[in-house]
Amino acid sequence: MRGRPNLYTSYASESRLFPTRTQQLAIGIGFILLLLMPFDLPVIDQVPLIRFLGDNAWLRVVNRMLIFCIASLGLNILSGLGGQVSLGHAFFMGVGAYTAVLVGGPGSSNLWGWGLPIWIWLPASGVVAALVGILVAPAAVRVRGLYLAITTLGLVFIGLHLSRIFPEIAGPGSLGRKWPKLEVRIWKEEEPFLDFSRDGHWFWFDITDNQKTYYFLLALLIIFALWAANLARSRTGRALAAIRDQDVAAEIMGVPEVKYKTIAFAISSFYAGVAGALLASFAGQMPPEAWDLILSVEFVAILLIGGIGRISGALAGTFFVVLSPRFVEEIIEWMTEQAEGDGAFSGMWDFFISLGHGDFGFISINETALGYPIPYSSLDEIIYGLLIVLFMLFEPLGLYGIWINIRNYWKGWPFSY
Amino acid sequence: MTAIPVLLAASSVDTFIQTLFKALALGSLYSILALGFVLIFKATQTVNFSHGALALAGTWFLSMIFMDWDIPGRWLPGPNWLHWGIALLLAMLVTAVFGLIIERLTIRPMIGEPVFSMAVITLGLEVMIRVIADDAVMLTPRTLGIPWGSDTFKIGGASVAWSYIAAVVMAAFVFFVIWRFLRTRTGVAMQATAFDQEAALAQGINVGMVFAIAWAAGSALAAAAGIFASMSPWAAAGVASREGAFFAFRALPAVIVGGLDSVPGALAGGMLIGFVEIFAGQYLSGQAGILGYGYQQVIPYVVMLIALLIKPYGLFGTEEVRRV
Repeated sequence: MRGRPNLYTSYASESRLFPTRTQQLAIGIGFILLLLMPFDLPVIDQVPLIRFLGDNAWLRVVNRMLIFCIASLGLNILSGLGGQVSLGHAFFMGVGAYTAVLVGGPGSSNLWGWGLPIWIWLPASGVVAALVGILVAPAAVRVRGLYLAITTLGLVFIGLHLSRIFPEIAGPGSLGRKWPKLEVRIWKEEEPFLDFSRDGHWFWFDITDNQKTYYFLLALLIIFALWAANLARSRTGRALAAIRDQDVAAEIMGVPEVKYKTIAFAISSFYAGVAGALLASFAGQMPPEAWDLILSVEFVAILLIGGIGRISGALAGTFFVVLSPRFVEEIIEWMTEQAEGDGAFSGMWDFFISLGHGDFGFISINETALGYPIPYSSLDEIIYGLLIVLFMLFEPLGLYGIWINIRNYWKGWPFSY
Repeated sequence: MTAIPVLLAASSVDTFIQTLFKALALGSLYSILALGFVLIFKATQTVNFSHGALALAGTWFLSMIFMDWDIPGRWLPGPNWLHWGIALLLAMLVTAVFGLIIERLTIRPMIGEPVFSMAVITLGLEVMIRVIADDAVMLTPRTLGIPWGSDTFKIGGASVAWSYIAAVVMAAFVFFVIWRFLRTRTGVAMQATAFDQEAALAQGINVGMVFAIAWAAGSALAAAAGIFASMSPWAAAGVASREGAFFAFRALPAVIVGGLDSVPGALAGGMLIGFVEIFAGQYLSGQAGILGYGYQQVIPYVVMLIALLIKPYGLFGTEEVRRV
């Protein structure tokens, strides 16, 4: 029976993480590629997409993406596995971030901060967010569907207001306060034990801060992804899936609905809290307004674009949503170069790009203010909104659905059914 | 020491009257927005998160029609307020057409899909419309040419803005129209569709038409609310602003408290949220140090959370019967 896909002879073999040989191989190769990615290597350099990662600007975006991956995995547990759609994910991320700055940030006369090391503030940010999740759960488990989405949307606004009530934690100004850096100290000593925010030397390689951060975040992401994957295979995961598919039936069969929904809220908030702390620490400084509804919507969009309920879907969706603005920028830069040059098609690109004042075109590269022609910063947002609408209309299963179509094409080949 | 002397002061009655009008006006705005949400939800089972963006677009349309193109005024003689009123109706009409296009392109293909997919589509639409309308509105402030501007009148010692009266009149007008409409043949068809889409279709009701009407009406109401929210007490006098878009998110608690699928609920929820917000803003201002600056804008959400704990489907909402 070995080597036959889709032929399962025991429950254990069906619920294995990577059931087929091909999958194991693909994961192995993918993992090695991920490890090598941030370096300038002689051969891999020539591969188009990966080539960018030796570059620091790209690596920064990728690091941001890794953090977003952790958060979207968290929302996937609540929404994909448990079927409870929440628009309050940004709120829990904010809770995590402010816990991090309270526990790990520097204190002063008008700012609270205890200056503890990362191995305290990172877990603390997750745990506090999870506790807040448990606190909110009694209200949230009573409502379902769209009522739940709107209720959790209320959390975001309440959270923004809380940041105004506690300027000692959130920082007084609109700029926000400084977060602790990503560096490991044993306790509060001067010299960090392991520093992810400065260039350094590991073994016999020179390594930049972004590369170090990349490895740190990658390790965290793998832990969180394995945890999420294993959760789905556990008793809790099966209970949540039962509640998602048919909540009344699940309850009749003896699945305690309130208990498992609360657990889902707690775990999802834990992920969100850790991701929020990492994001703020990675950015260095963030205003409270960063944890707003737009961020929450982004995570829902990530799940739906990637394919809800799938870990690979959550990761692919994050890749797509976080990196697509960057790709749009690259494309527009390229178009601008074409329009400025005098190649055969420069007139065509000039049609789109407005180079100077009064030049025709609907994308402006010079104007940053809002208005017409559209500055490309807002073009990103328009494309993002358009992507959400188009994916929902034409591929409700998201990128995962596209992958299924491709896979089935090869599986069924030469037959199309 | 702070609150009681204010209440006992000679002007306390005036303060109360002023607050009452303020609350009525804000409640009216919330009710208009909530009514739009409810109509759209009843017909298509969609929570329209792009309501605020539609409100912003409607404000922009009015500014274009009335200020830039001077539309009824270039042909019609007559007083300014009449022209403005016609322009208002035209702007609502244009927004309604816009809503129709949205419904036909993005909502109609999704009927019958999970409700959340549709809600997410409207979130995507919200991002698109908001960014485009922002680009159009925010660069140069666009005036709306509101006839009464920021004028006020006196009742005793209380000064009341004409905008308050206008908002209340507008709310009364739209609720009357919708109430009458729901008793016409088409209105009854709409209620039947809300009850059971397939059964309605089997009875020969043009269900597609009902969806279209609901979206057109909802969008027109969003435009009206956006325009009235851009008036003097809520935003800088008569300048098209994003206030309508913010209002739409603050009107969501009103919809939830009233019940997502209830027209009387929209009125009751809107008024309740408006009154609580304004009265708390007025009479708890002594505690602003503890509650934080701008606390009254969060009160709708707190009220919503409490209301949901007591009645999960809102005050007038239909309780969903769950079957296996």
